[in-house]
Amino acid sequence: MNGLLAWLDQRTGYKKIIHEALFENVPGGSRWRYVWGSTLTFTLVVQFITGIFLWMAYNPSSQTAWESVYYIQYEMTGGWLLRGIHHFTAQAMIVLLVLHLMQVVIDGAYKAPREFNFWFGFLLLLLVMGLSLTGYLLPWDQKGYWATKVATSIAAITPVFGPEIQRLIIGGTDYGHHTLSRFFALHAGVLPAGIVALLVVHIYLFRRHGLTPKKPLRKPDEAFWPDQVLKDAVACLAVMAAVLVLVLKYHGAPLGAPADPSEPFSAARPEWYYLFLFQLLKYFPGGSELWGAIIIPGFVALLVFLMPVFGRWKLGHRFNLGLLAGLMFAIGLLTYLAMAQDRANPIYLAGVENARLQAERIKVLARAPDGIPVTGAASLLRDDPFIQGPKLFAQNCASCHRYDGHDGLGGIPKDPQSGADLKGFGSRAWLSGFFDPEQIGTEKYFGGTEFADGLMAEYVQEDIASFPEAMKDELAKVVIALSAEAGLKAQREQDADDEEIIIEGRELLAGFNMACTDCHTFRESEGDGSAPLLTGYASREWMMRIVSDPEHRDFYGDRNDRMPSYGTEELLTAKEIGLIVDWLRGEWYEPGDGEEEAAD
Amino acid sequence: MESIPQETPKDSRRGFFTKLAAILAGAAAGAIPMIAGLGIVFDPLRRRAGGGSFFRVAQLGGLPEDGVPRRFTITADQVDAWNKYLNVPVGSVYLRRTPGNRIEALHATCPHAGCFIDYKSSTNSFLCPCHDSVFKLDGSLGSTASPSPRGMDSLEVEIRNEQEVWVKFQNFEPGKAEKVAVV
Repeated sequence: MNGLLAWLDQRTGYKKIIHEALFENVPGGSRWRYVWGSTLTFTLVVQFITGIFLWMAYNPSSQTAWESVYYIQYEMTGGWLLRGIHHFTAQAMIVLLVLHLMQVVIDGAYKAPREFNFWFGFLLLLLVMGLSLTGYLLPWDQKGYWATKVATSIAAITPVFGPEIQRLIIGGTDYGHHTLSRFFALHAGVLPAGIVALLVVHIYLFRRHGLTPKKPLRKPDEAFWPDQVLKDAVACLAVMAAVLVLVLKYHGAPLGAPADPSEPFSAARPEWYYLFLFQLLKYFPGGSELWGAIIIPGFVALLVFLMPVFGRWKLGHRFNLGLLAGLMFAIGLLTYLAMAQDRANPIYLAGVENARLQAERIKVLARAPDGIPVTGAASLLRDDPFIQGPKLFAQNCASCHRYDGHDGLGGIPKDPQSGADLKGFGSRAWLSGFFDPEQIGTEKYFGGTEFADGLMAEYVQEDIASFPEAMKDELAKVVIALSAEAGLKAQREQDADDEEIIIEGRELLAGFNMACTDCHTFRESEGDGSAPLLTGYASREWMMRIVSDPEHRDFYGDRNDRMPSYGTEELLTAKEIGLIVDWLRGEWYEPGDGEEEAAD
Repeated sequence: MESIPQETPKDSRRGFFTKLAAILAGAAAGAIPMIAGLGIVFDPLRRRAGGGSFFRVAQLGGLPEDGVPRRFTITADQVDAWNKYLNVPVGSVYLRRTPGNRIEALHATCPHAGCFIDYKSSTNSFLCPCHDSVFKLDGSLGSTASPSPRGMDSLEVEIRNEQEVWVKFQNFEPGKAEKVAVV
């Protein structure tokens, strides 16, 4: 064995390398305060390892980036863990960088002859921040997309070449495939290569000048190996443990809804360690952004860069300590203000809640049997009644109608309610309320409309109110039959169970006693055309038609109150009307839907 | 340059445990991201190939009476990671009438290294353009010099509704003397 090692050493000189690596002198013996540089190198290695693994499954293009990250996070073995480690180690790196910088400044390790080492370290800090900026976009979710839009728009205000710089960064005139390709090349290629190159010099210079011991020395000198190595290794393990705690707590890294330029995102914020820059921008009114975005941060960075120069001056070290303390205080204060203002900002909070809802929903949709369409996952949300229905309802319907008393999204519109509440429209419960003499005149039904004084309201309030018991039972059957016309998903089982009642109810509905078909048309029984069609009442087709054209003679004709003809006047597209109708009818994908049909 | 103090035996025992602890702690910290990534690396082994079901490929009338093979594309739904494609080409088969008026189906992928096999009308045989494997009309090896370890992979054929040719399409592992379905 020894012979073999000697042979190997003769050819490679490995013993000398190992000796140099491990037997660096540690003045005054090993100490915990010397671990920061090693933990940073360790986190960098962790990022390389996890990053390369992620690379094996990541797909940078605007139709596949989010989709591949979704696949890593939710479908691949241990993908969430891998992503989580990469995500939280990135955050740990920022914390460790700050600790490392603080220690270097406080211990005076930046002073001559170690200026270059400080400068290389400072450049490394900037490159690591660049890594986090580029990495934030790669999942192509709403959060990363909008936050990076802000960052690259700031690049555009750079004097002289701003727009060109922005265009070079995003790889075109607008965000797209090449934005991702470029950011990925920067994130996984250019920046890591730069970091390795700088780090080699950084460590070389560190070894050249040796560690800056903390005076007074407490123990005799020791070699790096094994005591300091143990402390470093324990510190690295502690960092890893902290990262794992976060990964387990959040079950991996967050993944929002896929990026969609047409979908507003009021929760756009950079990562927490960029919040101070984000906050700073708020204080510079239009026209002076350059100060907040580039001049002041650039000047402060220059001051930090010049610390070794200030260090030559008699009071330089104290100045530097003051600068560091001031900087930390300012960053801390700005970060605090950014967070505090967000916590008190209802628009931001609603944006966060909306983002959470969409992130949950897209998970459900992406797992549907049809998978993610080739056009990308964003179209799943765009075509989803559950997400789009309430938004369209709030915009187009809620100035008159309500949904369970609100505008569909939980807000209360400023105009008073003047149309029916459409939650559960066509359901047995909704219709039972409609035929209730106490309720028909309320806002929930005809209260806010011209029909409050119409024949239907009169029929309910006078005729039905004086129905004998037997007729009331018949009315209940009519309600069940009429509701079955809607074919609501939520009532599918009930409708199937009550098949006989429904047949009976239909006959009653068309019969002489109820007098429905005096006005309404139901199946073969034609009314006088003065009231809406009851065949297929509240079915998808019926609703599409009435929203498209309430003035059609099958519906309100020239007695239409104020309802706009959304379809014929082209106020909404057929797709948009479909989304509202499907949402009102409760027709959206739920886990297990497709499988049932497949089993049938 | 540096002077390292001489170790006493007590120091050296302490030193041994320190070294061991340093190695273990370092190894543990480094192993975690490695282990986390292995799931992704080996994830493909967990996936199952599709195929193995019958597809309608052709009409009987479309097959030449003289037994010359014709190539047909198999169209099927395909799952590619997160996407599901409907009715996309997933492979090709050669169909021909045997002298006994049966229909025979051969997979167009070469069992040697996966190239696409050509039918050569001049020799009335199959030829793989990559490594020159030659196959007879019935798919068996055409020459002992052919690098392919087995003949072309035959596929099950069913005639349904008298006219429709259905083929059970699946892929087989290349480079083996025996035919093993990819699952």
